[in-house]
Amino acid sequence: MPSARDVKSRIEAAIPGADADVQTADEVHFSATVRATAFDGLSRVAQHRLVMDVFDDELGGSIHALALKTEVP
Amino acid sequence: MSDNPVRDAIAEAISSNDVILFMKGTPEHPACGFSARTVAMLEALQTPFAAVDILPDPRIRQELSALSSWPTIPQLFHDGELIGGCDIVSEMYESGELAEALGAQPRADAPQDAPAGADPAPAPLGIENRLS
Repeated sequence: MPSARDVKSRIEAAIPGADADVQTADEVHFSATVRATAFDGLSRVAQHRLVMDVFDDELGGSIHALALKTEVP
Repeated sequence: MSDNPVRDAIAEAISSNDVILFMKGTPEHPACGFSARTVAMLEALQTPFAAVDILPDPRIRQELSALSSWPTIPQLFHDGELIGGCDIVSEMYESGELAEALGAQPRADAPQDAPAGADPAPAPLGIENRLS
């Protein structure tokens, strides 16, 4: 099961300049706030897709849920 | 028309309804907390919306996600565009952007924070008795 730190480092590795704050109580349900300059000019849907694409097939599998908030710094 | 009738039906539903929510369960009986919250927000804004229950046939969810490039349910569409899932809809509800985007008139008692929604009912098993 991924830890909050795994999820954080994968988001930050995949999205240039991203800063992720990730919480999980059970390593299955995650909650993340991601700030990234890469989000600038994108719709919220496009911002969320950038993050969700990092986990692709794992969403709904080993990552049961990822509650997400995106911000432009 | 493609040779994929389920995808065609979904695309048709999205383009022919101003506001449409793909959810687990129905607005009256949501089968998931995220779907329930999204319904509660739309109801607080007094927005008329079409709703599609994705549970009866797994192809609905599969084709919807292929079409929208969005993995999770619920999914709210307005004017043929994906607004988002429960997180984005909640954020936009609380900032007032959702009411603005939908041209909605919130109920006088609409809560400031995204409403919790009704307790979800368990997903229906969908067993149909054809023996009798």
